[in-house]
Amino acid sequence: MTTLPQTTGKKLGLVIDLDTCVGCHACVVSCKGWNTENYGAPLSDQDAYGSDPTGTFLNRVHSFEVQPETGPAQLIHFPKSCLHCEDAPCVTVCPTGASYKRQEDGIVLVNEDACIGCGLCAWACPYGAREMDAAAGVMKKCTLCVDRIYNENLPEDDRVPSCVRTCPAGARHFGDLGDENSDVSKLVAERGGMDLMPEQGTKPVNKYLPPRPKDVEPEFDILAPYLEPVATDQKGFLGWLDKALEKI
Amino acid sequence: MGQPKIDLSPKVSDEVRKTTCYMCACRCGINVHMKEGKVAYIEGNKDHPVNKGVLCAKGSAGIMQVNAPSRLQKPLKRVGERGKGEFEEISWEEAYDLAVEWLEPVHKKNPEKLAFFTGRDQSQSFTSFWAQGFGTPNYAAHGGFCSVNMAAGGIYTMGGAFWEFGQPDWDRTKLFMLFGVAEDHDSNPIKMGLGKLKERGAKVIGVNPIRSGYNAIADEWVGITPGTDGLFILSMVHLLFKAGKLDLNYLAQFTNAPAFIDEKDGPNKGLLLRDKDGKIIVKDRATGKAVAFDKKGVKPDLGATYKGARTVFQQMAEKYMSDEYAPENVAAATGIPAERIRAMAADLARVAFDEAFELDKEWTDFRGEKHTKMVGRPVSFHSMRGVSAHSNGFQTCRALHILQIILGTVEVPGGFRFKPPYPKPITAHPKPHYKVTPGAALDGPHLGYVHGPDDLCLKPDGSAARIDKAYTWENPMSAHGLMHMVISNAHAKDPYDIDVLFMYMANMSWNSSMNTGGVMKMLTDKDENGDYVIPKIIYSDAYSSEMVAFADLILPDTTYLERHDCISLLDRPICEAEGANDSIRWPVIEPDRDVKGFQSALCDLGARLGLKGFVNEDGSQKYKDYADYITNHERRPGVGPLIGFRGEDGKSEGRGAPNPNQLQQYIDNGGFYEIHVPDGADFYKPWNADYQDWAVKIGIYDAPQPYLFELYSEPMRRFQLAAEGHGDRQPPDHLRGRIGETMDPLPIWYAPFEDSRVDIEEFNVHALTQRPMAMYHSWGTQNAWLRQIHGRNPLFVPTKIWEANGFEDGDWASVTSAHGTIIVPVAHMAALNENTVWTWNAIGKRKGAWALKEDAPEATKGFLLNHLIHELLPENGDGMRWANSDPVTGQAAWFDLRVKIAKADAPADAMSHPNIEAQKSPVGVGPQDLEWKVGQ
Repeated sequence: MTTLPQTTGKKLGLVIDLDTCVGCHACVVSCKGWNTENYGAPLSDQDAYGSDPTGTFLNRVHSFEVQPETGPAQLIHFPKSCLHCEDAPCVTVCPTGASYKRQEDGIVLVNEDACIGCGLCAWACPYGAREMDAAAGVMKKCTLCVDRIYNENLPEDDRVPSCVRTCPAGARHFGDLGDENSDVSKLVAERGGMDLMPEQGTKPVNKYLPPRPKDVEPEFDILAPYLEPVATDQKGFLGWLDKALEKI
Repeated sequence: MGQPKIDLSPKVSDEVRKTTCYMCACRCGINVHMKEGKVAYIEGNKDHPVNKGVLCAKGSAGIMQVNAPSRLQKPLKRVGERGKGEFEEISWEEAYDLAVEWLEPVHKKNPEKLAFFTGRDQSQSFTSFWAQGFGTPNYAAHGGFCSVNMAAGGIYTMGGAFWEFGQPDWDRTKLFMLFGVAEDHDSNPIKMGLGKLKERGAKVIGVNPIRSGYNAIADEWVGITPGTDGLFILSMVHLLFKAGKLDLNYLAQFTNAPAFIDEKDGPNKGLLLRDKDGKIIVKDRATGKAVAFDKKGVKPDLGATYKGARTVFQQMAEKYMSDEYAPENVAAATGIPAERIRAMAADLARVAFDEAFELDKEWTDFRGEKHTKMVGRPVSFHSMRGVSAHSNGFQTCRALHILQIILGTVEVPGGFRFKPPYPKPITAHPKPHYKVTPGAALDGPHLGYVHGPDDLCLKPDGSAARIDKAYTWENPMSAHGLMHMVISNAHAKDPYDIDVLFMYMANMSWNSSMNTGGVMKMLTDKDENGDYVIPKIIYSDAYSSEMVAFADLILPDTTYLERHDCISLLDRPICEAEGANDSIRWPVIEPDRDVKGFQSALCDLGARLGLKGFVNEDGSQKYKDYADYITNHERRPGVGPLIGFRGEDGKSEGRGAPNPNQLQQYIDNGGFYEIHVPDGADFYKPWNADYQDWAVKIGIYDAPQPYLFELYSEPMRRFQLAAEGHGDRQPPDHLRGRIGETMDPLPIWYAPFEDSRVDIEEFNVHALTQRPMAMYHSWGTQNAWLRQIHGRNPLFVPTKIWEANGFEDGDWASVTSAHGTIIVPVAHMAALNENTVWTWNAIGKRKGAWALKEDAPEATKGFLLNHLIHELLPENGDGMRWANSDPVTGQAAWFDLRVKIAKADAPADAMSHPNIEAQKSPVGVGPQDLEWKVGQ
């Protein structure tokens, strides 16, 4: 058993806008690139050019179809990585203390030197957000790019997770969700940001902004005034034209 | 236990090298982080005008591309039969000798017997220059099978088109309508733009039979029947005309709507009335006099008549107010209820007119009139392949531009904006050239814009001058050539036989051809003497693609991080509405193989062949490599491939003498150069005197070129006149009817050709492909990271067809077109047009290609729809098989495909069919596992 901090100084996390995510996987691959090169063991790939390639990814995009009661089916792209839960079951289940939640900012990390690869944390995580690296035999997970966000070797505006920096649609936001005046907290308040599976009681820090309503009926009368015919025949149209041109 | 101490500020890299991405055609700026001389990490360049720091999945996976096991290692000479993939490695010297042995006699005796086609080339102004020097008329890149309808439709209508030619005003638009776009161009800017719209809460309407990607986040989705976009658009035009929701002032001032159409029978019937200087005549509303359109102070009258002739506007009103386009009459064909068509037309009218706004910017138009404001109409559109890859695509693209223009939304704030070097009228483009002289260069550039029958590329006997039959009566306005017809025409020796087929990065024996199985046979067929029907094939590629197996000689190219390139305004530029931009690639790493940038190899080959432009007066080699060409070539005096750091001191921009340090200055500047469009010159560009003067200053034009948008297309009318019997150049009789019908000078809609050639009751399902966002054509599959995202491509089937066939997960289906049958795995998808199936483009691979293991899912379950699409339509009682292409431009009509579907038994080998035998890999297969970390 590993204990969680009572409180953390900040609650750093991601706000992911499901109304804007086009499912392009830019975040997935940028994450792979940064994190194979940086924190801990590389993110390995097995059978990389073969029949069943499987590699370690810390962030994946899933797509779900939704069939509303009326209107056409919808497709929701759903990026998912560690949600850096306040009550992180992956930490408390860890037998060696390798999984921990940082006191200062709430980031959940794995100390790979102490990880024995038992996989209990992956079983405990209700989100399936942890991946055992088959080559290194240690548990890998989103670090919130802890080696970027404070990195003094990076320009200040680059001190964000690589997935946030690369997202072409601007669907990913990073900040302190413990500070109600932060941009991310305001965004969550404005757009009705949601917890993922709140019934699990994990109190995830990451939030999802729900898709806006789609395929709704227009609120204006589509005929008047916009499509009211100006005349009933060609001659009448030319009469209208003459008057309209006079006004220009 | 305390928290472990971790290093929060690890060293990121030793050095950042800034170059241009080439994981697709978007051409974003990238920061390549280097550790110990190796590529460690790739991210977007925040200063770059295209991507402003962001980068897509492909771009971030570049490290897996430059290290891909599929990279070719050395020049190869075929030793086995074609198609088998059996080669021996040879030296570059041997490769050049062989190429010269094959090409020199062709150049000296009969240059047209070389067909040189360059695929997804980003150096077309250079490769076409080489082909000109060689003297063959047979050159083009891949536009003919990609989106020439979109480019030509836009350029013929308004002097620019979507993508490279223009963009929505993302910062001001309030209603954005997207037609037929998946991951088509351009990749990151569209995502960034959609992000801006979402942030502001602007409305997005997606028109696409498939609701994925951009259409998944659209506020409204229109799951249209494929091939009917033009009908839907013209129905909205109908409603807007009827309601008078038209920007009359814009139409009068900036388009040929007030021009008069000659209605007298004779050789000028249907052409526009002009004065003795050849200028279009309009009637001035103030004076009632007929004057030249560009006279100062003229207020052109849209409703006037002149000598019995009516205006273009009146003919448009008559045509589009016809009941044929009423929503009720198009609802069944388009699959869109009439009320929804009305709602969308009303929304366009509401936003264009009720939400109009003004910018306080002064500008002067080409008539010399000063304006104190710019009127914004915040409606914009974008469209690509879903509209253009149909046999009615050209007319549909024109229809979409007509819709934009009647709303007054082109080149105004909030609407659609051109990117330099566009706007550019047809008259500012070259015409096609095809005059062959043995041993000498061609008489001018191959590709261009025809104005009428006189510009067609026809021999004196009326036969096609080009192997792809571009610019013939079959497809007169084929501005990008017809790469998809080259192999079948060369095989059929129609219009003539060729000796050497020379291609670059185009996977023509696989996903880039229609009728893939047929093309493989054409490439391997032998004549009665046992010689190949297409005698010699030279191919250049960086990777072990399917096409490699069919070549006799392989010139191995570099990856994109190992080479010089220029993204030039002479070519396919990367400009933004507010700036002229260009960029370079440079070798941020050196190749570890015996390979050479293809363009550098062409510099060597051009010199060895003594081609014009590639040798000095003393016969010595002119450009030692591509970098030398980029720096020193001048297309016109002072105008070269790059606009930045010109002049001997590097201080000129746009125009200036070559600068020997230019490439280094680009590198120091982050790999690109920007010239901003001056404030006040940034809208109304075709008519804005300040923009025109700026364009001349930086070398885009040599003189101002203001022009009117061509709602009514005279070039098209000239082809109709020929079909009606006027003029010396006459089409063959069997094409007269079709030219008359399809070359209507005002946009029309007609059903895709395949609909009239097959039984649509039997073949009652539309079949499409889309490009995944994380893959670029066949390239993505060799990428160990990307193939984990898109390694499988089932056929996605809508609910109605899924249930009718009793499909279940894991099932297989036989999919049959008029041309063939494939057996493939299926998957259910509800967010689809109910009569449309689709799959991801180019995931299926031939066994042995791309250094994949033969049991890779791409090679076992992956498949191509290409097997179902023939380059010719079925015979239809006239004894002829017409090209499966747009009759105006020759664009490949991929998306006209109709199929029927039935449940099939799972194949015994659990593989998709047809199951093509393996090719031998010249590079072996990739490693089992990867643990990619460069730094320690």
